[in-house]
Amino acid sequence: MMNTEQDKLKVAPIEKRVEAIDQVLRNYGLEIESFVDHFHDLAFEQWIPNNGAKLVARAWVDPQFKEFLLRDGVGAAKSMGFSFPAHHRYLVALENTDAVQNVICCTLCSCTAFSIIGLPPDWYKDLEYRARVVREARTVLKEMGLILPSHVQIKVWDTTADTRYMVIPQKPKGVDGWSESKLADLVTKESMIGVANL
Amino acid sequence: MDGIHDLGGQEGFGKVRFEQGAKVFHEEWEIKANALYSLAVKSGIFNMDEYRHAIERMEPRHYLSASYYERSLTSLASLCVEKGIVSQEELERLAGGVYPLALPSAKGRSNNPLRQSFEPGNLVRVRNEHVSCHVRMPGYIRGKQGIVIRVTPAYPYPDAHAHGIDAASEPTYDVEFDALELWPEGSESAKVHVGVFESYLETVV
Repeated sequence: MMNTEQDKLKVAPIEKRVEAIDQVLRNYGLEIESFVDHFHDLAFEQWIPNNGAKLVARAWVDPQFKEFLLRDGVGAAKSMGFSFPAHHRYLVALENTDAVQNVICCTLCSCTAFSIIGLPPDWYKDLEYRARVVREARTVLKEMGLILPSHVQIKVWDTTADTRYMVIPQKPKGVDGWSESKLADLVTKESMIGVANL
Repeated sequence: MDGIHDLGGQEGFGKVRFEQGAKVFHEEWEIKANALYSLAVKSGIFNMDEYRHAIERMEPRHYLSASYYERSLTSLASLCVEKGIVSQEELERLAGGVYPLALPSAKGRSNNPLRQSFEPGNLVRVRNEHVSCHVRMPGYIRGKQGIVIRVTPAYPYPDAHAHGIDAASEPTYDVEFDALELWPEGSESAKVHVGVFESYLETVV
C-alpha cells in the first residue's frame, strides 16, 4: 500500500512493472511476441471508429439497414464484416433525433463497444466523466462543447453489463447525395459516444 | 462492493478533461499492459469479471492516482499472484522495487434463488443489498425504481463469475431510471439506462 510519500518512492517504475509481468507470463509459456503484434493490429488497424462510422453512414442512406441495425446491432455489424470479442454478445444502436440525445458511459470502469467505435479515450475512463455524466449530463455536455436545446431529452446509457452501445448521430444538413464512404468520414468516435453532434 | 470505483453520481469532481480525437495510448508500455491482460484472459488465466474486480480491489489511494493502464496492469499482476503463477516477492525482485497489488477479495455469491423474469414495461426495484463481492450494480440505483425497456441475452453472473463460484447465466434488463428520482432535488433532468442483472431486481407491487 502506498500511504506515504516515502512508500511511493519505493514503487518500481511502471515500465519495470510491465516488464516483470511480461517475464512472468513468458515463463508461464504464453507466446508474448506474436500476441503483442496481433494486439497492435487490433488496436490500431481493426478496432477503429471508422467501423461504426460505416454502420452509421449506411443507416443514414438505407432505411432497411437502419431498421436492421436498431433491431440487431451484432447482426448488422457482422453483415458488414465487423467482429466482436467473445464477451460482447449484444450491441444496441441508439438513434439520436431532434427530441433525444443518447450518451454512453461506464460509471464502474471503461466498457465500450471498442471493436465498433474504437478503444475508449482517456476522458471516457477518467473519474470526472464517470462520476458526473449520469447526474448532470446537460452541464457536462455543455462543458464538452455540446449545447443542447432545453427541449431535447438526454438519455444516458451506463454500460454495466456486457451489452454494448453505439449512438447513431443525426445526419448533418447539406450532405444529400454523398457516397456512403464520404458520409462515414464525417462520423467521429465522439459522436458515436454521444458527446458531440455532427 | 461499495468501492472507490463506483463513481456514478459522486460529487466534487471538476471538468472532464475532454479532447476531440484523443489518443488512446500515449506510451509503449500502455499498449503492452493492455495486450498482456488481453492475452491472459484469452489464455484462460482469468476472466473479465475477475479482471474488473481486481481493479476494484485496488487500495483506494492507488486507484485514484493510477492511470487507466496502471489499473489494468495492477489487476493483471494481482491475479497472477492470486492464481499462484508468481509470488509478490518474485514480482518485486523482477521489477526492482515495490509492486503494489490489489487487496484481497471478499467471498462471492451465486444467483438469487428468488429471482424472477420480467418483461418490457414492468416496474421493477433494485434490491436494497450491500454485498462485499464483485457486483455490477452501481450504488446510485440501489433501492430505486425503474421501468424495464428491453431484455438482453444471458451473461455470466458477475457476483459468481469474479469469484470462481458456480452460477447460472442471467439475462440483464435495460432498466430506465429517472435522474430526478435517483437524486431527488440533486440532479439535472435525464433518463438513465442501466443494464441490470435479474438477481439484482425485484418486482414492484
